[in-house]
Amino acid sequence: MKSIINRKNITRLAVAVAIWAVIALLMATGIMSRSLQSLTIKICYYVMLTLSLDLIVGYLGDLSLGHAAFYAVGGYAGGAFALYTNLPFIPTFILALLIGGVVAAIVGFLISKSILKLRGDYLAIVTLAFGEFIRSFVKIIRGLGGTKGLIGIESYSSRIVGFSLSYIVVLLVIIAIYNFTHSRYGRAVTAIRDNAIAVESVGIDIKKMKVLVFTISSFIAGMAGVLFGFYKTTLNPSDFTYNLSIEVLVMVVLGGMGSIRGSVIASVVIVALPELLRGASDYRMLIYAVALIAMMMFKSNPKLVKYTERLGAAVDNLKKSLTRKAVSDKPSSGGVSK
Amino acid sequence: MQMLISTIIDGLNLGSVYALVALGYSMVYGIAKMLNFAHGDVIMVGIYAIFVCLQMSSLPVWITAIVCVAVCALLGFTVEKLAYKPLRDSTPLSVLITAIGVSYLLQNVALLIFKSDRKFLQKFIDLGSVSIGDIEIPKISFVIWGTTLVIMIGLDIFIKNTKMGRAMLAVSEDKGAAQLMGVNVNSTISLTFVIGSALAGVAAILYAAKYKNVDPYTGSVFGIKAFAAAVFGGIGSIPGALIGGFTLGLIEALTIGFLPDTLTAASDGVAYALLIIMLILKPSGLLGKKKIEKV
Repeated sequence: MKSIINRKNITRLAVAVAIWAVIALLMATGIMSRSLQSLTIKICYYVMLTLSLDLIVGYLGDLSLGHAAFYAVGGYAGGAFALYTNLPFIPTFILALLIGGVVAAIVGFLISKSILKLRGDYLAIVTLAFGEFIRSFVKIIRGLGGTKGLIGIESYSSRIVGFSLSYIVVLLVIIAIYNFTHSRYGRAVTAIRDNAIAVESVGIDIKKMKVLVFTISSFIAGMAGVLFGFYKTTLNPSDFTYNLSIEVLVMVVLGGMGSIRGSVIASVVIVALPELLRGASDYRMLIYAVALIAMMMFKSNPKLVKYTERLGAAVDNLKKSLTRKAVSDKPSSGGVSK
Repeated sequence: MQMLISTIIDGLNLGSVYALVALGYSMVYGIAKMLNFAHGDVIMVGIYAIFVCLQMSSLPVWITAIVCVAVCALLGFTVEKLAYKPLRDSTPLSVLITAIGVSYLLQNVALLIFKSDRKFLQKFIDLGSVSIGDIEIPKISFVIWGTTLVIMIGLDIFIKNTKMGRAMLAVSEDKGAAQLMGVNVNSTISLTFVIGSALAGVAAILYAAKYKNVDPYTGSVFGIKAFAAAVFGGIGSIPGALIGGFTLGLIEALTIGFLPDTLTAASDGVAYALLIIMLILKPSGLLGKKKIEKV
């Protein structure tokens, strides 16, 4: 049994704190513009959404086009709780987060239970249908604001607070997902993706694992929805169209499926990109679309893939020779760098 | 009673257009095994083509219609050649994302050229209406139903009785075996895209004639519902697309017409709920073929 406190984990924690400190400092001193400050919070909930969808698409290998549903359920549940109770901010925030997550998880559990028979594209379309169904269902519930939306959720006292809270939640989620994917369950899930029939024959209950992954994923997506609600203070059914699900799916695919780091990087880049392309605002979606097509072609062109693989190998070799030089006088301790 | 009948007529109109679009989705899925997310946007381009024709001069309606179908077919052909063909052997997810990219691309090109405001096509085909007893039926409805039926029957005959049509069936059944039998798989897939897109063009004409408006997102909203119709009927099946389209169109018209005002916002929800129930009961749609997974 390895101890949790080892050099690798301490470095990781230090990096996480350093990132937070730098961004918080930039925000406090006002170097970051207001829109960039908001962007940091936006990035946080998008990272959570992407990570949670990656569990389904990347690790489990099922295509879901209705992720916005869990996001909406969580957002509305947490938002309604915040709106209809009168607690101080921090308890409200924590409870809303949990309630949003749990309600979304229940919905995710029920949905995944009902669609176990479906495969591939049919699963994709039924998740899409669930997403749109839940969205139009919300429209007719008067307690949730109907088509006008849920208005007046308590907001963060400042953007720094908002960012810090969201950041902590994201870190916890990343740790949880990392541990899940490296556990026995996580390995079973990736095995289902690679060969479901083989997995079944060694006695793993595929249905149970699928339901488990959908439930965890929708729990995280629900919490992301709560963060979104606190950030925007209003929730509208039109925030949760299937376009959002697709946007998140694009992030998962571009980040590389089944990769936590990839999901984080892809969501940061894709959320930040439109903001950075403000100057070319008319063309930014066009650029995005072309980049998307180009990227997919690049990925499926065998010549280019081979070329990038060679490039990657060269970089790896370079890295290895550099680290070998750096640690040549002392034998490597513990962690072997990938 | 009067209201019920006029609602049903509305539903049949909507259903006809859904059915045509669903057919396009269905054919492409059956053969290329891909969800062509850009299919709805082809309709949008077709309606804009009509809009441009109307703006330019007083072209006769039939020329406008031909232009619309030609533009759509050409667009389908080009998109298939440039974007989908290079990805033929890659994972379904890459193809799906590419299709989404194409959809974004078409929407944003339309957005740049025509701006985001809704354009109206008031001048396009105005036939007036006939009244049977108390009920007034717009003449265009007969045109819509007739066109849909003729196309469906024509397509069925084409697929079952011509060499190219049978090649399409063969490719959708087993790509590898079809190739071994001397079927040119690549050109068959291209042909399917062209036919599917031409159907989208016909749908664009009917849509323009009935609803007379368009914005860059018309196609994607309409397309996703037609897609649901295709899946409802069993994707890959022509009668399935017809049944799915009409079912969805009728349900949408009836829920909008008869639900109390507070609930009409959920009219889309009813259609989607039906789709969910159908797929839970019959995992491959109403007339879809069940596929058994083998080791």
